[in-house]
Amino acid sequence: MADTTVDARNLQCPMPVVKTAMAINEITSGQTLELIATDKGALSDIPAWAKDTGNSLKEQFEENDEYHFIIEKA
Amino acid sequence: MTVPDLQEETAAEESAPEKEKMVLVAASGDLDKAWPVLILATTGAAYGMDVTIFFTFWGLSILKKPGTGITGEDWRQKMMSAFHKGTPDGLHLSKLHFAGLGPSMMKSLADDKNVASVQELLDLSIQLGVKLWPCQMTMDLMGLTNDDLIDGLDKPAGAGSAISLMKDASIQLFV
Repeated sequence: MADTTVDARNLQCPMPVVKTAMAINEITSGQTLELIATDKGALSDIPAWAKDTGNSLKEQFEENDEYHFIIEKA
Repeated sequence: MTVPDLQEETAAEESAPEKEKMVLVAASGDLDKAWPVLILATTGAAYGMDVTIFFTFWGLSILKKPGTGITGEDWRQKMMSAFHKGTPDGLHLSKLHFAGLGPSMMKSLADDKNVASVQELLDLSIQLGVKLWPCQMTMDLMGLTNDDLIDGLDKPAGAGSAISLMKDASIQLFV
């Protein structure tokens, strides 16, 4: 279970990345965040954002046409 | 300032790595240009970058306060502001404008598809600490004062400040 959840369902680019970044600022290093999105662009945007900001994408899966990303704050 | 104070200050500066910089030049007042500028700016801020948007020529009209109406003193300035009133909600489309029908179709489509509006992205930019620089020369040319522009802007600046910032930025885009 992640420490915090970001619901970005039905939101388009750039909101999944922006909301994730805003939420990651609220947690501490080592804590995790779960993002739920429906934007297909998030499939490439979130891994790119995580790589470039040094946060690690621990897990990624699809469930009922929703994309889940578990990110651990660096 | 004492020596220990100075040392402390230097140490603090060293420990906080300087953020990467991104500079966008918004030179167009078209809806279809303002949108990507603000999408990139908010995303840059989400990347932890220090983002600045320099608004020049028609791009400055994005920053006009809603309800500003006709601006300027000179009849030419007044005429230009009458034909291009600006504000996030009054921007034209570069193609298929059709006297305003195009932008309303585009905006209602964006609303249906949950795409954040220019106004929402502008508010979000301010919230994320994106610096918004109005071009002083454009303000003088168009007869715009600080009162005609929205709150939350940085001080008006010129090409020199823009170049100084772009020199050290890892991303510079002219839109």
